[in-house]
Amino acid sequence: MLKITGISKTFNQGTINEKVALNDLSITINDGDFITVIGGNGAGKSTLLNAICGTISVENGTIELDGKDITHLKEAKRAKYLGRVFQDPMMGTCADMSVEENLALAVRRGKQRTLKWGMPKKDREVYVEELAKLNLGLEERLSNKVGLLSGGQRQAITLLMATLNRPELLLLDEHTAALDPKTAEKVLALTKQIVESGNITTLMITHNMQDAITYGNRLIMMNAGKVIYDVSGEEKKNLTVKALLEKFEEIAPSVVTSDKMVLSAGTKSEEAQDNQNQDSAE
Amino acid sequence: MEISIMTALNQGLMWGILAIGVFVSFKVLDFADMTCEGSIAMGGAITAITLQAGLHPLLAVLFSLLGGAGAGLITGLLHTKLKIPPILSGILTMTALYSINLRIMQDRASITMLNVKTLTSGLTDALVGSGLPYKYGVQVSNMIIALIFVGLVIGVIYWFFGTEFGCTIRATGMNPKMCRAQGINTNTTIIVGLMISNALIALAGCLISQMQFNTTVSMGTGAIVIGLASIIIGEAMTGKKFSFWAKLAMLVVGSIIYRLVITLILMIPGFNTNDLKLLTAIIVAIALAIPAIKGGAKPLIQKFIGKKGGNENA
Ligand SMILES: Nc1ncnc2c1ncn2[C@@H]1O[C@H](COP(=O)(O)OP(=O)(O)OP(=O)(O)O)[C@@H](O)[C@H]1O
Ligand SMILES: [Mg+2]
Repeated sequence: MLKITGISKTFNQGTINEKVALNDLSITINDGDFITVIGGNGAGKSTLLNAICGTISVENGTIELDGKDITHLKEAKRAKYLGRVFQDPMMGTCADMSVEENLALAVRRGKQRTLKWGMPKKDREVYVEELAKLNLGLEERLSNKVGLLSGGQRQAITLLMATLNRPELLLLDEHTAALDPKTAEKVLALTKQIVESGNITTLMITHNMQDAITYGNRLIMMNAGKVIYDVSGEEKKNLTVKALLEKFEEIAPSVVTSDKMVLSAGTKSEEAQDNQNQDSAE
Repeated sequence: MEISIMTALNQGLMWGILAIGVFVSFKVLDFADMTCEGSIAMGGAITAITLQAGLHPLLAVLFSLLGGAGAGLITGLLHTKLKIPPILSGILTMTALYSINLRIMQDRASITMLNVKTLTSGLTDALVGSGLPYKYGVQVSNMIIALIFVGLVIGVIYWFFGTEFGCTIRATGMNPKMCRAQGINTNTTIIVGLMISNALIALAGCLISQMQFNTTVSMGTGAIVIGLASIIIGEAMTGKKFSFWAKLAMLVVGSIIYRLVITLILMIPGFNTNDLKLLTAIIVAIALAIPAIKGGAKPLIQKFIGKKGGNENA
């Protein structure tokens, strides 16, 4: 169980660029929850994930994992409990390392890294078995450089790396947004498969309203650094994109008008395109 | 003639260890570390003093390794703890080392080591005793010792970067953000990587000074560029399928070729040793420019063009 109590984060405090990204946010994530997170651009979704991971430090409030205060724990130490997949498929793996080397790095997350040989043969069977479950034929490409794989394949491997050691919490930040719609769908299906088979507590940010409704048992909506809507169970199952948009309009009217593009369902492919353009422009 | 070729081979082998050290920081860790120029001179300084004190030459090796590791540690701390950019961290340590090296050398800018026991002196005596002329005996024993050390370095570095911990250092150079997500403390890996790199470079300084029976406080000037030249030549000859140890070996080959080319150039009338660094710089500049000229290819040193800066909340 992850218990977040009143965390706040302000970027560039005291300058004209001051930006409140998290505003006294509290939420309790129960074991077994699969939460989808939606909200407009700049709502603070990524910042929430970064705060949980320790990539950024929060100004006040506490983050407790299973009763243990991890608010000030170093990022690398926290990684023991957390699995992460980033939006950028390039970010989650080492391109110049083989699939096997990447998995070998991941299998020791949270464990002591010793002077034992880094890629013992006996682990290979486990990797092959796990890769086969992805159904992408990757079990035959163990010694291929990850850089040779497609974005979707890389994202699938990152997902496997995040869950090879079962994490207490899996954090997904728009991990399918940079993929083409078909691949995105595939990776989402894999996500569901992995999360459900391992009963992994998951927080998944998405810009796709329909996905947010389809996947998971609980949905939260963020705005201006706060959780403004939190539904689960039957109520969530019965949600529709239309109802969700109306809800949004009711709670945060300004966001809907300014972020129409983002919040309307079915813009995923367009967005993915944008993201890819951005990536290649960099 | 053959003596100068032999000298070039020996120099290539010893400076090949420096090339491996520079490779570890610049390429494996993606850290443009300038400490190098100070740590190679420190290896020489420590060796001169240790040998003059009559201690065993292997102790000089040990002390040089430790000294180099210490220099790397300082650069690593400056960067990771005090957030000073890589290049500046290295320059600060390098600058400080100039004074420290002079202190080690007891305020002498140059020390000649005659009549001291070196790693090679026993072997040289034996060879000369068996009838080989002295000038050959020196070169042959240098070569044997150099080959042993090059072999050891390649073996140890190959093994280390294949271990669980060694893998995390390689990964840090490729994708630090991913490393932290995988629970790797990238501060630790950067520091250890720099310590290993500079330990190797100081070892090169130790061996070079023993081979030349001389060390100067400025022996490191231009060492980075020489290291990069060796890496460029070595990598140009490295095939895609080469395993890591073969890549390391090719760096030494690159270093040897560099020395041979320089030796040949210096045989051209009109050139002298003072032109060496200019020639080296031109060669490296051309090699570095090739990706830009070709367009699109990956530049040798990504740090110099600021590849990183990954957006935290991308
Ligand atoms: N490192 C940073 N430095 C300065 N400002 C930041 C930083 N990270 C985030 N912000 C700001 O904090 C606010 C929240 O950003 P965040 O990335 O959490 O939004 P988000 O909900 O993930 O948005 P998106 O849907 O666009 O990904 C934004 O206004 C953003 O500009
Ligand atoms: Mg975001």
